[in-house]
Amino acid sequence: MVEPLLAVDNVSCWFGGLKAVDGASLNAPQGRITALIGPNGAGKTTLFSIISGFVRARDGTIRYAGEEIMGKLPHQLARLGIARTFQIVQPFVGLSVRENILVGAHLHHRARDAALAVADRVGRDLGLTDMLDRPADTLTVAARKRLELARALATEPRLLLLDEVLAGLNPTEIRDIVPVIRDLCRHGITILMIEHVMQAVMSLAEHVFVLAEGRVIAQGAPAQIAQDPQVVEAYLGHGAAAKWGASHAQ
Amino acid sequence: MKSFAPTAIVIAVLAAVPLVVQSNATLNFLVVTLMIALAGQGWNILGGYGGQYSFGHAAFFGTGAYVTAILQVRYGVNAWPGFAIGIAAGAALGAVIGALTFRSGLRGSYFALVTLAFAEVLRIVASVAPITGAGVGTLIKLDLGARTFQFQSRAAFYWAILALVAVSLVIAEMIERSRFGTWLVAVRENEDAASALGVDARKVKTLAMTISGAMTAAAGCFYAQYFLFIDSGIAYGTWISVEALLTAIIGGVGTVFGPLAGALVVKSLGEATRLLIGDAPGLDLIIYGAVLVLVIWIMPRGLIGGIADVRKFFNRKSARIEQVRHG
Repeated sequence: MVEPLLAVDNVSCWFGGLKAVDGASLNAPQGRITALIGPNGAGKTTLFSIISGFVRARDGTIRYAGEEIMGKLPHQLARLGIARTFQIVQPFVGLSVRENILVGAHLHHRARDAALAVADRVGRDLGLTDMLDRPADTLTVAARKRLELARALATEPRLLLLDEVLAGLNPTEIRDIVPVIRDLCRHGITILMIEHVMQAVMSLAEHVFVLAEGRVIAQGAPAQIAQDPQVVEAYLGHGAAAKWGASHAQ
Repeated sequence: MKSFAPTAIVIAVLAAVPLVVQSNATLNFLVVTLMIALAGQGWNILGGYGGQYSFGHAAFFGTGAYVTAILQVRYGVNAWPGFAIGIAAGAALGAVIGALTFRSGLRGSYFALVTLAFAEVLRIVASVAPITGAGVGTLIKLDLGARTFQFQSRAAFYWAILALVAVSLVIAEMIERSRFGTWLVAVRENEDAASALGVDARKVKTLAMTISGAMTAAAGCFYAQYFLFIDSGIAYGTWISVEALLTAIIGGVGTVFGPLAGALVVKSLGEATRLLIGDAPGLDLIIYGAVLVLVIWIMPRGLIGGIADVRKFFNRKSARIEQVRHG
């Protein structure tokens, strides 16, 4: 079997006395979309922060492209091709949309002109062309999410970690952005996404990992995961699966 | 893409001033103003573009002044290389303080306090160390001539400081349109987001502090050559820390012309009150404080930023009118 682009193995992380991530293992195969779901407080974002170098794990290993990356800093990981978006979007509010994307584009292009060309291209791909000169703080939520994505893409990543890019969008906006994400994958970018919008997870992801209380409690194809009693219990509480099963059996 | 034309025009106009103005008092006023503008531009590189507000730029100003003076007085070094070494010493100090503070992750008010502490420690050391002349201060021997960087005419000094200011403006322009400048501003706006995009925030900030230290040190070197006397209260005094940040904030943080505009306004106001009310000690500081409050209240992005905002407002308005007309 080919080694996955990203392999997280048995990673744990504590915040004081709270075990936020508890021996979690998952992987993201090259060129696929993998989803990470789980109830609130399951440790999904913490796990993302560990992978992208913002939070230090206590133990475990993370291999990326055949290299051990645990302990590397965020900017070093970005240079290796790991880009992330933030759940709470973090635009550079004092800058225009183009300048925001330019920051990412400069990672692999020192020259101004080359970086600007990349920024404009990425902006166009994400439908931001009309807004390139607008200050980032005048954008709508949906446009900010696109900008967050554009900035990450401008770094020309191999692995893209998407932290709830669809949260807060209305159904029309979700319908618009889902093909964009699918397109990225088609262009060879490996995607690992945290998502609550199950409709999108079902249509995008090939493989789903379910995190609850810091542990991976289930994994598999999206359709199979939706039927898993353990997953239903994690979301809806103890005994929920039995009731749910019973009501559906009738 | 912006061109260097505005900078060239501003410098050309300023260079013509001594041809018109003959008064020594006026030229003296302008020389000091430009020197403060240079120190302020140094502060602006780190504070304006990088968002790291230093309260201790006197550390660089004083180091430049003392290195230039001591090299001449105690080691017989010529003033010109002494000047260059003074600038280099400012850069080195910037790199060291930057490496230490940013390594420990100091941000915001903590960073400001630590820079203030560095400046104060240097001031106290300079007031007792034998090499600086301790309490007596250091006097550079009067020896007029271009070779010793002691010009007979005020105009020559004026052009010398203007040349330094011109270089600082061009450096600010180049930073603005470079990868380094883009990353520096990104760090100011949001350090975490910047590092997620591959920006090594610590390195970028330390480099900014190095350039910043060199510029403010250049102003200090110039001070030593112009007044030929420094002591610890002048070189490392809080007055220069305050004036450097004040001119940049009033003129417009993170703009190329901010410190220059700020220095002209602040110094003119100080001079005007002195003429009107007389030389009351501390009065200029009250004026500075009042102006600072007003500027932050009315146009938080400073004079230059405020002008840009007004222009944008009118552009948008006219664009809307055009739209209505055509639509």
